[in-house]
Amino acid sequence: MSTTDTDPPLLRLGRAMRDNPLIPLVLFLFALVVLLEVLRPGIVMPIRSGRDGLISTFWVGNLIKFAIPLAMLAACQVLTMLTAGIDLSAGIVATVAAFVCATLSSIWGVAPAVLIALATGLVVGVVNGVGVGIVRVHPLIMTLGTGLIATGCLQVYQRLVINAGAEVPTFLSWLGTGRTLGMPNGLYLFVPFSVFVIWLMRYTGFGRLLFALGSNENAAKLSGVRSWQVYIALYALSGLIAALAGLLYLGIIRQPSLSLANPLLLPSVAAAVIGGTSIFGGRGSYAGAIVGALILRVLDTMLTLLQMPEGARTALFGLIILAVTALYVRITGAR
Amino acid sequence: MTASLGKHAWVLGLLVLFLVLIGLTKLVQPSFSLAGIESLTRAALPFAFATAGMAVVVIVGGIDLSVASMMAVCAVTAAVLMERMAGVPAILIVLAVGLGMGLINGVLIVLTKVPDIVATLAMLFVWEGTALLILNTPGGATADWVEAGIRGSFLIGWFPKALVVLVVGIALVWVPLRRSKLGLSIYATGSDETAAFRSGVPVGRTKIIAYGICGLYCAMGGLSLAALTGIGEPVPGPYLLASVAAVVLGGVVLGGGKGGLLGPIIAVFILRIIRSILTFLSVDPNVTTIIEGVIMVAVVMLGAALTHRGTRK
Repeated sequence: MSTTDTDPPLLRLGRAMRDNPLIPLVLFLFALVVLLEVLRPGIVMPIRSGRDGLISTFWVGNLIKFAIPLAMLAACQVLTMLTAGIDLSAGIVATVAAFVCATLSSIWGVAPAVLIALATGLVVGVVNGVGVGIVRVHPLIMTLGTGLIATGCLQVYQRLVINAGAEVPTFLSWLGTGRTLGMPNGLYLFVPFSVFVIWLMRYTGFGRLLFALGSNENAAKLSGVRSWQVYIALYALSGLIAALAGLLYLGIIRQPSLSLANPLLLPSVAAAVIGGTSIFGGRGSYAGAIVGALILRVLDTMLTLLQMPEGARTALFGLIILAVTALYVRITGAR
Repeated sequence: MTASLGKHAWVLGLLVLFLVLIGLTKLVQPSFSLAGIESLTRAALPFAFATAGMAVVVIVGGIDLSVASMMAVCAVTAAVLMERMAGVPAILIVLAVGLGMGLINGVLIVLTKVPDIVATLAMLFVWEGTALLILNTPGGATADWVEAGIRGSFLIGWFPKALVVLVVGIALVWVPLRRSKLGLSIYATGSDETAAFRSGVPVGRTKIIAYGICGLYCAMGGLSLAALTGIGEPVPGPYLLASVAAVVLGGVVLGGGKGGLLGPIIAVFILRIIRSILTFLSVDPNVTTIIEGVIMVAVVMLGAALTHRGTRK
């Protein structure tokens, strides 16, 4: 790609933004926060409404707290989208993991319950991986199908344990709702997690294989990549991440239900796409998806504050996702 | 030659499977008769229309995740309108609303160049919100004759009216289209967009029209939904997943360019009859969900393994 001085400035700007997709996203996030502050003075900067503090750590902490499970589920989407896939079972896996953990921890203790919850995520992930990698079913269909099966299993399981009662492990609610140094405890889990995901994508052979398979599957195979092994590992990892996100979300909500994390699924796809990950594979960044998750959360807060009827809020949410994505595509010229 | 044989073999195989399943139903429930088929057809009506709409956009190379939400909008519109005005103009308005929503989806996809799956994901929220704005809680009413229009039998004593509605509704739009230049454009765009564009096919316009037809079928689905329940329900039903499953089971390749509408519609009936067999066997409805999921995944796996082509784009 050659940049000559004759290019129109807008094109050069677009190119610069494509090389650094984080810059426009962070700018957009700040613009949204400023808009929020204008709409409801004092929510972000309490000093303006006569209280203490320049920036409200409570508000920022809350924003981060609710963005973390979304950003973790977005990791599933980013990783699978790198290979032109998608993981639509992530939301249900998170719900199943949370429900299993909450019901089993009163019977068998916390540690086995957490391990079993993570194992269910791993199992669903491996099934997805086998379907996508070996039998070569389209990932969209495969993960929709396993999600459906998992929902049915969850409902049957719920009948079996209905008398046992559910309890949220104190360790999880500490992680979900507690705060250390003004920031939610979940952040101290999420920072190492996101560093791990970014390291995995950028600096490991596995990450490079994901990019290679997404860019040109045939070329990757002819270069000796055993694609089925990569797919199984990828979807197993995705299932595991989804289960982990479900456990954290359980700690935040503290009320297990049969559809706990399901509403997070579509926003997690939106966060990944807003963050600059191509649904056709070969291009993506997890840092972008994290900012995408924050953007979605700020939008959500804003629409709630405006006290619109639920229908208008849902519709506006959809329109904004579309507008942000369209703007992004237009500026960077990427798909 | 072999490819076309394979396509017909798939549809024929589905038909045989369906007949076998009807026989099986008769075995497990000896009282199952033509009345059973009539109620099966009636229950399958919204699923069949959603699947037809999904099939058209999948053939053109896209996917529409907003089908269930569009059906919800059409169902509440129908219920609200029929409370206030005569049935026929209300139906026409609902069909226009569906067509309009589909066209909006298509225009947005073509203009913004956002991938279909993301754009329709966003529109899923928009239409869901619209349905809630039109009618916040289930309500409204449908005209009696609309409900009677899909209930019972047609002319001769055993032919279900719902099947007539289904065949006429789908064929009226699809058959003239399939035989026109536009139908060819739809398949060409789905097979290879770049090649179609270079051969002079107006790719953008074709896509928009395909999404419009999907919206139109969703309007028919929403109308049949309102007629089935007698009210308008603003919350989208389980039609998205079911329609994608039926489309794939019906032999339409995700990625576009292959398949027709007959296969997917037979697939809808297969999926519905499996559910009624399980109900007759008094299987727990939750276990039924698991079995349905397993069947769906197994069939898709089998299809992928048999055809030996990557279904991914």
